[in-house]
Parts: sequence; C-alpha cells; structure tokens
Amino acid sequence: MNDFIRQLAEITGPGFVSGEPEERYLYSMDQGTMPPVSPDAVVMPGSTEEVQQIMRLANKHKVPVVPMGGGLVLSGLTRALHGGIILDMKRMNRILKVNPKSRYAVIEGGASEGMLQAYLKKHHPELKHSMPDAPPIATLAGNICIHGSGHLSVLGGFHSDMLTGMEVVLPTGEIVKSGSCSVSTDWFARAPLPDLSGLFLGWSGTTGVVTKLGIRLFPSYAHNDMLIFVCEDADLMPDVISRLTGVQVAEDMTPWMTPKPEWARGFLHINISYGAHSKKELTFKRNLLQASVKKYSDQKIAGFLPMPPPQKSRFLKIPSSDLVTFADLRKGGGFEYVGAIMAIEHFAEAYRAGLNIARTYNVSYSMGARIIGAGHAMMFFYAYAFNRADPEDIKRAQHALEATNTAALEIGGIPWKSELPAQKQIIDKMDPGTFNLMNKIRSVLDPNHIMNPGNWEK
Amino acid sequence: MWLLRAWLDGKITLSQRFAEIMFSCTACGNCTEHCPFPGFKNLLLEAFTSGRESFLDDGLVPAGVRDYLTRMQLHGNPYGLPGKKRADWAAGTDIAPFTDQEYLFYAGDEGSYDNRGQEIARSASRLLAKAGISFGILTGGENSDGNDVRASGETALFEDLAKKNTDLFNNKNVKKIITLSPHSFNSFKKDYPKLGGNYQVFHYTQILAFNMGKLKFRENPEPVLATYHDPCYLGRHNLDYYSPRMMLSAVPGIKIAEMDRNKKNALCCGGGGGNLFTNVLSSGYESPARSRAREAKATGAKIIAVSCPLCAIMLEDAVKTEGLAGDLRVMEISEIINDRIM
Ligand SMILES: Cc1cc2nc3c(=O)[nH]c(=O)nc-3n(C[C@H](O)[C@H](O)[C@H](O)COP(=O)(O)OP(=O)(O)OC[C@H]3O[C@@H](n4cnc5c(N)ncnc54)[C@H](O)[C@@H]3O)c2cc1C
Repeated sequence: MNDFIRQLAEITGPGFVSGEPEERYLYSMDQGTMPPVSPDAVVMPGSTEEVQQIMRLANKHKVPVVPMGGGLVLSGLTRALHGGIILDMKRMNRILKVNPKSRYAVIEGGASEGMLQAYLKKHHPELKHSMPDAPPIATLAGNICIHGSGHLSVLGGFHSDMLTGMEVVLPTGEIVKSGSCSVSTDWFARAPLPDLSGLFLGWSGTTGVVTKLGIRLFPSYAHNDMLIFVCEDADLMPDVISRLTGVQVAEDMTPWMTPKPEWARGFLHINISYGAHSKKELTFKRNLLQASVKKYSDQKIAGFLPMPPPQKSRFLKIPSSDLVTFADLRKGGGFEYVGAIMAIEHFAEAYRAGLNIARTYNVSYSMGARIIGAGHAMMFFYAYAFNRADPEDIKRAQHALEATNTAALEIGGIPWKSELPAQKQIIDKMDPGTFNLMNKIRSVLDPNHIMNPGNWEK
Repeated sequence: MWLLRAWLDGKITLSQRFAEIMFSCTACGNCTEHCPFPGFKNLLLEAFTSGRESFLDDGLVPAGVRDYLTRMQLHGNPYGLPGKKRADWAAGTDIAPFTDQEYLFYAGDEGSYDNRGQEIARSASRLLAKAGISFGILTGGENSDGNDVRASGETALFEDLAKKNTDLFNNKNVKKIITLSPHSFNSFKKDYPKLGGNYQVFHYTQILAFNMGKLKFRENPEPVLATYHDPCYLGRHNLDYYSPRMMLSAVPGIKIAEMDRNKKNALCCGGGGGNLFTNVLSSGYESPARSRAREAKATGAKIIAVSCPLCAIMLEDAVKTEGLAGDLRVMEISEIINDRIM
C-alpha cells in the first residue's frame, strides 16, 4: 500500500494523500449508526484528469475506490467496506457556468450546496437551485447521486430529475458524458438521447465518479411566504396533500410530526412554501392554496395555523436547521434517519408504523416527509437521535432503523440511500430480472469490481 | 473533535501526525461560528486547547511549536529578542513613556519586533496622536500578551506571562489599554481579569473610529477600491466588525468592496495560534493566506486593508507568492489614513 500511496501522491501532490491512522480514522465512519471501516488511504483529486489517473491506477492494482462528497449521507455509504481508498471530491468545487436564460448551472463533482447557493445569491440573485436541508457542505453530486430532494421538490421533483447531464470517470478510467453536453456545448437537458445518467443515479457510487454535472435552476422570488396546515387525523393527509399540490403553486411541502415541543404532539403539520414576483401574485397563490383545502377548514376538522411573520422567518430559512437541532437531542452527536420513498396514499400507515417503532424501541424520534412533484411521491422520514458515546443508545437506534426499513418495505415504500442491511432487504424484494441487469451493467462498467464494493450486493 | 474523542476512547494514540493536525488549528473560531449545536459549540476551542495541552504534556509537539514556546519562555516574546528592545519601534518618534496618560499603548510582539509590525505600530500611534488621544508606552519590561501561547495549550506559560504583565501594569497604575494587535486585545479583555489584570481594553480601531471627525483629510484624494480583511480576534472572537469599517468609510476617496467571506464568515489569514511562527500550516497554494489573497483580488480592490499586524505579515507574504504584488497592496488602516490626512 505504501507504494500505491506514493503513486497517488505523484498524481495529486503529497499534501492531498494520506495513509496515516488519523485520516483513516476520520474517514472510517459518518454520523450514523453503521460501524466504522477503515480505508487504507484517502486522496483528494483536484481535476478530472487526476480522477482519471487515480482510477486507472486503482483499476490496474484492483484497489477499491469509494467516491465521497460531504460524507453526510448518514447511512454509511462512504465507508471503504473492502478497504482501498476514499476519493474525497471536495477540492473539485468550482461553479463552472451559469446559463441564466436556460436556467441551469454546470458545476464540478465536489461543489457544495452552500457554494452554489452563495454563488447564485451573489451573481444571479434572480435564480436559485433546490437546496436539501443537509448541512451546506453536502455536495450536489453526492445528493443527486442518491436521488436527494429539497426546497423545490414539489416544483421540480427529485434532485436527480433536475439533473441535465454529467461528466463521469468510469472505474476503468474512461471519461464519459451523458445528456446534451455529449453532443452540444450546452448542458440543457438529458433528452432526447438514451439516458446514460441513470447508470450513475441511485447506485451509491458503485458505477463511476461524477466529475461535472448540470443542474436546473429556478426563479428566485422577491416575495416568499409559507403556511402551516394542521390536522389531527393521519387518514386525511393523502387527500390534503393531493389537494394542496393540485393547485401547483407550492415550491416545497414538508409534513412533520414530533412529540416535542409539547404543543405539536399528536398533530400533523404541513409546511407549504411558495413565492411570487409581486405581493399581488403572492396573495393570489395563498388564496389558491387555502381554497384547495377549504372543505376541511369549513368542517373545522383541520386548518391553517395563524403565524406572525417573525415566526415564519424561521421556517423560511434555507436550509432549515430544525433537523440538525433535533440531531443533538440526546447529545453526543449521533443522528440517522430512514427516508422511505413511497406513494402518498400510504401516509397514515407510515405514520402509525413510526409511532409504534418509537414506542417499542424507546427512541427519540421526529417524523416527517417531503412531497415530491405534484403529489407524485413522498420521502417519508423517521429520524432518530442517539448519543454516539453510549453504545446502548446506538444499538437502540440501530434496531429502530432496521424495524423502520422493514416496515417501509412492507407498506410498499423503498428505503432511500439505504444502509447495507436495507440494501439487502431491497434486493430480496426486487424483481430478479432487475437485479440481474444491475449486475450485468456493473460488470461491464467495472470489470474489476473496484467501485464502492460491498454495496448493492446480495 | 472526532480525533480527540477517539483518543479519549483509546481508539487512536497521540502521534506526530495527530500533533500536526492539532497544532495547525489557528483558533480562528470559524468552527464555533458555524457549529449548529448550541452549548457544545462554545466548548470547541477549549476542547482543542485542552487537547494540545495533552500533547505538550507528552512532549509530542511539532518542532516549530516547541521552538516557539521555548523562545516565549526564555525571552517573553516569540522572536527570541531581548525584552529591553521592546520599545525600539518607537525610536525617533515623540511617543512618551507611560506615566499618567489616559491610555497605555501596547504594541505587542509583532509591533515591537517585526519590521513590518513596527511600521504599523508607528503608523497607528501617529494617528492616535493626531486624533488627540493621550497615551504612553512602556519602555521595556513587558512580556508577550500570551494570547497565542494560551491557545497552544501551554497554560502555565501563559499564566506566567500574564502575571508578569499584570504586575507591571498594576505597578504603573494602568487603567486603560489600547492594543495594536487584536490578539493582545483578546487576552487582556477576556483572560487577564481572571488573573488580576482589570483594565478597560480597546483595540486601536475602536478608539480611532470615534475620533475620525478630528482628522483633517486632504482634498480631492485619488479614489481607490479597498477590501477589508477581518482579523479573527477582533471579529469572530470579540464581535467587532464595525470599528475598522467605520474608519475606512470615513476616508474620502476610499470605497469598500467586501470579499465573499466577510465579518463572521471571514477566512483567517492562517497566522493565529502561533502559526505565524511555527509554520505548522502549509504555505502552499491552498493555504488560508493565499486563498484570501486571491479572494481579495477577485473583488477588484487595489488595497487589502487590515487591522492586525499578524494579518498584515501573513497576507503580504501571500500576495507576493501569488504574484499579485503589482496589483494589490496590503495596508494597515492607519497607514491608509495617514497617507490621506494633512
Ligand atoms: C441534518 C441533515 C439533513 C438532511 N436533509 C436532507 C434533505 O433535505 N434532502 C436530502 O436529499 N438529503 C438530506 N440529508 C442527507 C444527505 O446529507 C444529503 O443527501 C447530502 O446531500 C449527501 O451529499 P454528500 O455530498 O454528503 O454525499 P456523500 O455522503 O459524500 O455521498 C453519498 C453517496 O454518493 C456517492 N458519491 C458522492 N460523491 C460522488 C461523486 N462525485 N461521484 C459518484 N458518487 C458520489 C457516495 O459514494 C455515496 O454513495 C440530510 C442529512 C443531514 C445530516
């Protein structure tokens, strides 16, 4: 390995490679419950060419490579399960181009959500991208690769739906492009070509290293507002969500249910954010949203929470820090959630399953969802905080997470960015033809099986 | 933090590499600023300091740190120069020794011994005098403020330095201090009171900001775009982002262009925590000072205005290494003003 590390250093310069125990320890885990696994080395490339040389070297020596962005996925997907190197992409963090008319940006594979947000705010205040609520150091590539979602997901779907193209270094070292950029200098869409981007989305870094990507941008409004709809009956939620999304004005909709603060216990809330270019337009949109669920407000079985503007500003903050605050509930910095992608009609079932699990395992929980598209799906999450310094607490959270994954699959949902055990559960339920095709594709792209091995395997 | 935790849990051991990581921290406070966990965030820097203390106890420190602390211990300053040379910077000026003036002006280590720091000390004190501030200086005998020694985890040495200073200041009946360096400002204000040193402490920009009206500026000055670099110990550690900006905005012809990372988000110059002397942080392309120099250049400014001698030294080096010296000048704020007053 020492010789391999020396060769890596020749590619990136010695300051960007380490095989020291300290770096190996830091890169052995994330904030979630998955047990640490030490890589043999960590390397930080500075360009696509360096990534290419690293992949060629790793492929030649059959050394596993785990691509990593912010390392914030929480489900242990950036652990080097079979040793090898962690390819930390954070140095490749440039915003390469913004096309304000066609509304897209082209960025490098390690550019962070926070960087793009700050860049647009400064240079293109009329534009924004869909931010997840992850800490802003999370990368767009990491987030898109796992089908993340965020503050414009009602408007634009999963973040992978907003992807317009990619440049990827394959495990064998070839550089490939997908989307319009493979034919044109513009990165406007994945259509009308065979959609090769799918070879790298949802694969947990097992098929290639994204070095550039194009992402859709959206209008940033001068006026922004939010409403909170509250009800007590979980069975009403699918219809409420369907009605609210049906008027097609919301940018983001996030139901949430927590036992704390006390006033929130037992209620189901939906935060609905929307924006407009003028106050008149904002009022118009608010009226549409309110009218869509009038049936329930009139019956006085649900309604909008009166909210003074200062209270709203907390909810309009992007990214929201609510989950991060929750993450510290048990102290000790441990936090993980199961996000299950499912159809919205399963809302009540999913909610009840979560309550059950929290009771059974006595865990601190917070539940919620992010609506995707016009009610086309939702990412229903069950978040558990635990004390990283308390092994018993970690175990409790681990059991709760496992039970949640099982429940989500039973309901008909699919655990998102799933941990290793959940990946196996998904594979067990998956159509065998699908899994066969996955393996065939993988063996073509990665004949030596070096990309994040251990993931998506039986 | 994860490494410290791992060490406490016996998962990793103290090592040279670990020491390098720990001592490369400049105590800039950016982690504290951005940590989302209330309560915990305020303990971060203390945890790092305690961690470094353990390395010192075990004798596992990078050579640069060891030499820095030895010089501090033997000479009371990081340059290893005699204490009686402390006031040499004021030779040829008409700054009076401190007797019963309102303020003691404390030039600090860089202001006393470093050539560039001395220029800045002379410039700032000249402007204070122009603004009619009554101050004097000590003519030897004082020691380093010890701020960065404390941050490096050498608490006993810090207390020794602070004790000698407070004894001296108390003997001289010092009540109010103006510091040149934000590092001195920080330790006099926050740490000395616990060690018997109770003074009203000001950074020189805080005094000058409210006395700008007393200065007479030359007419029709050449317009210049400047960007201001916040020093960590005035900004993040003591939340004063405005005194230096108030000064600059009162200067005719100076326009301020902010860097992307400013005020509480400002990028450290990389000189704190003793790093100016220990060189534990790399000085390569991605070093903080060089990144900062490029960031300053991107604003289109011709001047990087600073209010800390450490920042001046670090950034000046970085501007030269980046090959920007022809386009971008590092100037301490009083130098900008002295150039433009009658
Ligand atoms: C408090 C909190 C809130 C969160 N909220 C949200 C949210 O609202 N929405 C959401 O979607 N997520 C959320 N997350 C989950 C996660 O942090 C984000 O999805 C994050 O964007 C993942 O990006 P990352 O850079 O950290 O990815 P990483 O964890 O580094 O990587 C994720 C996966 O992508 C692969 N990968 C990373 N970079 C590349 C690359 N360049 N090429 C190929 N493969 C790559 C990795 O191998 C891994 O399998 C949240 C997390 C936290 C801690």
